[in-house]
Amino acid sequence: MKALGPRGLWLTVALLVLALLVLPFLVKNYRVFQFNLVLVYAIAILGLNLLTGFNGQISLGHGAFYAFGAYTAAVLMDKAGVPYWATLPAAGLLCFGFGLLLGFPALRLAGPYLALATYALALAVPQLLKYKRLEELTGGVQGIVLVKPDAPFAFSLLGQPLSQDRWLYFFTLAVAALMFLLSWNLLRGRVGRALVAIRDHPIAATAMGINLPLFKSLAFGVSAAITGVAGALGAITVAFVSPDSFTVSLSIFLLVGLVVGGLASIPGAIFGAVFIQFVPNIADDISKSAPSAIYGVLLIALMILMPSGVMGVLNGAWARLRARGS
Amino acid sequence: MDALLHQIVSGLANGCIYGSVALALVMIYQSTHHINFAQGEMATFSTFIAWALIQAGWPYWAAFATTVAISFAGGLLLQRLVLRQVEKAPVLTNVIVFIGLLLIFNALSGWIFEHTLKSFPSPFPKDSVLASRYVSAHELGSAAVMLGVLGALFVFFRLTPLGLAMRAAAQNPDSARLVGIRVSWMLALGWGLAAAIGSVAGMMIAPVVFLDPNMMAGILLYGFAAALLGGIDSPLGAVVGGFVVGVLENLLGAYVIGTELKLSVALVLIVATLTLRPNGLFGKTVVSRV
Repeated sequence: MKALGPRGLWLTVALLVLALLVLPFLVKNYRVFQFNLVLVYAIAILGLNLLTGFNGQISLGHGAFYAFGAYTAAVLMDKAGVPYWATLPAAGLLCFGFGLLLGFPALRLAGPYLALATYALALAVPQLLKYKRLEELTGGVQGIVLVKPDAPFAFSLLGQPLSQDRWLYFFTLAVAALMFLLSWNLLRGRVGRALVAIRDHPIAATAMGINLPLFKSLAFGVSAAITGVAGALGAITVAFVSPDSFTVSLSIFLLVGLVVGGLASIPGAIFGAVFIQFVPNIADDISKSAPSAIYGVLLIALMILMPSGVMGVLNGAWARLRARGS
Repeated sequence: MDALLHQIVSGLANGCIYGSVALALVMIYQSTHHINFAQGEMATFSTFIAWALIQAGWPYWAAFATTVAISFAGGLLLQRLVLRQVEKAPVLTNVIVFIGLLLIFNALSGWIFEHTLKSFPSPFPKDSVLASRYVSAHELGSAAVMLGVLGALFVFFRLTPLGLAMRAAAQNPDSARLVGIRVSWMLALGWGLAAAIGSVAGMMIAPVVFLDPNMMAGILLYGFAAALLGGIDSPLGAVVGGFVVGVLENLLGAYVIGTELKLSVALVLIVATLTLRPNGLFGKTVVSRV
């Protein structure tokens, strides 16, 4: 970014923010709804990235945290009448606890075993949500239908009113910005370096005085919390939760988003989210089974050809451009 | 008492299937130290091939043999074409590639053969002298087939030169290469064998649970649980683990928690084994040098 100079940088950022603010008024409501989901997935992938990309603990079960957050929000709104915005911290906190709890057995599981245990968790989630004894709370197979929140004030731009979806867009955008900022802050300092050191060489990291169990379980907790907040936002955006929206494919989609965007890259999460939101729509036209086939081929191709994802390619291109310029 | 016996016997029959899935996982783990997440979908795809052949009018055992052969060749090719590229890559890369394979095989099954439930014929007669109140002919037959596969594998690994070469390649790749064993091809052979075993397991379970693209998801989980319980590096452990998990599943399902939480039982088993006894019942403690 140095090539632009400080003024150019600020101008770019300002233009980007302006574009993001005007965007929902340029498109139809349904598109806005899709953008909301992109933001939600971006947060979820960010959470997964913290654990898998930065800390190297492979999770194939982040759909479980997403589901937990979504159900927390849904139950709080539906049964306790909590306002929608207040469910996010609750979902974050509960998922943090849930993640820590899972983080402890995860300490003893290396590499593929952790992937396996979390995969089992992802497979078991819909069954647990359908469990009869919890039916009163979770609504069983039927799930819970929610009401989308209205915008707190009337407003219109370019002849488009501030509809429920547009209001949620701004709400989600604000939460996403906060989450990305928090994660960036967390990862660029001591904690981030400790997490990466644990991923790259656990024994050397211990020798350097990093408390391995503490950092690994904290990474699990924070990652679960971020994904849980995404889940709560997802529930509010879609205004519906049911066990079958949280099958193992959700966890796998998050992983696909992570790999496409780029492992251990914070902005990569956005590319990953755009990918998992829009590519299935295009692929659906080919065949019902096409999206997962394309995902599968892409996962393998990416791993073999460009393991650092979209962000890796962008960074590489940027570096080359700068080298030529100087 | 009768009901209990029945549950145990049918648990043992299921245990055979879990044991064979576990065995396929152990085979790949032993030679590559990876856990193949696509094992179940590969087996389902093989079973679909068998189904298509039978639909085309082939006799059962001819279709069976052809499917096993195709699966073996498929597993071998898969290792040569895809997995060899990431042989030395980090664990995460491998896990992601396996997940990719899982998605591809699942999508292919759905794409080619559609998502409707299909009934799969059993090769064993409905009534036979051996079948009794406690056990159906298919349960007996599939148990016999799986035990046959196990026996054949035991003989192959213990008594043939090729089996010896494969064991050597898995245990000490560098030394094996020095004595002229083509280690990479041995890995491919291992993949072929695992795919073939998986296909047999798929064809044996399909008459019981009906055939659809997601048939093996639950079974794979039980296979994982069995493999871990027995110790992921022990073939004997895989089989014993399979029986234990099969009986446990049936007893817990019938008397304690009901059928709707069956997958959660597998989850609890996996997490409990990994936390309390990570090497399983028969596994060796691994000591690594820093």
